[in-house]
Amino acid sequence: MIYLELFLSFLQMGLFGFGGGYAVLPLIKEQVVIQHPWLTMSEFTDLITISQMTPGPIVVNSATFIGLRIAGVGGAFVATAGSILPSCIIVTMIAKLYLKYRSLNLFQSVLMTLRPCIVAMIASAGISILITAFWGNDAVITLAGTKWSLIVIFGLCVFLLQKKHMNPIQVMLLAGILKVLVSFIGG
Amino acid sequence: MESRNKVLLKLFLSTLYLSAFTFGGGYVIVSLMKKKFVDECGWIKEEEMLDLIAIAQSAPGPMAVNGAIVVGYKLAGLTGALVSILGTILPPFIIISIVSVCYEAFRDNYFVSQMLEGMQAGVGAVITCVTYEMGAGIVHGKNRLSITIMLVSFVLSAFLQINVVYLILAGGFIGLIRGLIKKRRHGDDLS
Repeated sequence: MIYLELFLSFLQMGLFGFGGGYAVLPLIKEQVVIQHPWLTMSEFTDLITISQMTPGPIVVNSATFIGLRIAGVGGAFVATAGSILPSCIIVTMIAKLYLKYRSLNLFQSVLMTLRPCIVAMIASAGISILITAFWGNDAVITLAGTKWSLIVIFGLCVFLLQKKHMNPIQVMLLAGILKVLVSFIGG
Repeated sequence: MESRNKVLLKLFLSTLYLSAFTFGGGYVIVSLMKKKFVDECGWIKEEEMLDLIAIAQSAPGPMAVNGAIVVGYKLAGLTGALVSILGTILPPFIIISIVSVCYEAFRDNYFVSQMLEGMQAGVGAVITCVTYEMGAGIVHGKNRLSITIMLVSFVLSAFLQINVVYLILAGGFIGLIRGLIKKRRHGDDLS
């Protein structure tokens, strides 16, 4: 039963995929290239490229992509459901506990200590995105390899967000359009 | 707060909108959620948002999905969680279905790649602003331990690439000890 196989396979990725993003790639590969003959290695690489170019978490994107290929829309649906089911159950449980016990002193202390940690992680994610944007995927930081137009666009975006309080999605789209325009002018 | 149905509708539309335009990892979407639900709607407090992100991070599964669940649940219980999951899942589902048909044309399109490159700088700017706002909140709290934890975990995750899961575990453990010490001191005072 292909539906069940898809479901169980993506359930495992959802259940063991801590950290998300690139951390889950080996897990996905194990399931869809090695354990099941669903994708070849080069199709798997294509899948990663598509995931990078489209919105959405990579596990969910993979579920749709592979489900569609193997068993049509029903397959995509089943695989996606499998990939998010563990999240739904576990996160809801933790959220419930949080809302119930967050006023406890001990729990307060844990949360208070975690907050600066979370800020640091968001900052760190931001840094790696900026390094990739300014210097490309190889992340070799050189003056010659710097994409200056993107640094200017970045500066403009920060200004629009911070001083003009522009909507973040509009700022992101504007950044994309500006880069297209710059590439026109630049040749 | 507005009526329940209104909240649910707004929750659905917001998660749909954020998910459709959010490129790049889970921290991008939680940054945007912070902007939307904390700054714009005023439905969640900034500190609470950080707690919700910690919850999203400490469970398995993609951050974007976990973040949607926890925010939805906080705002409108189980129905809220379902509504925001739907909003988060729908855009990638539709987009991937379309793109997988015309993948090669999409991948090799020059404008698509330029657009994506530019959007990366935009995403970086959003995260920079959110970090600045939240970081300023921590610094203004004037708690030396919190500021130290922020700096140390930044160095560990940005430069030494330590796995986030370990940082959360370590942070939680320090918090637990901090709480126990406080409790003990308090107990000593009483005796």
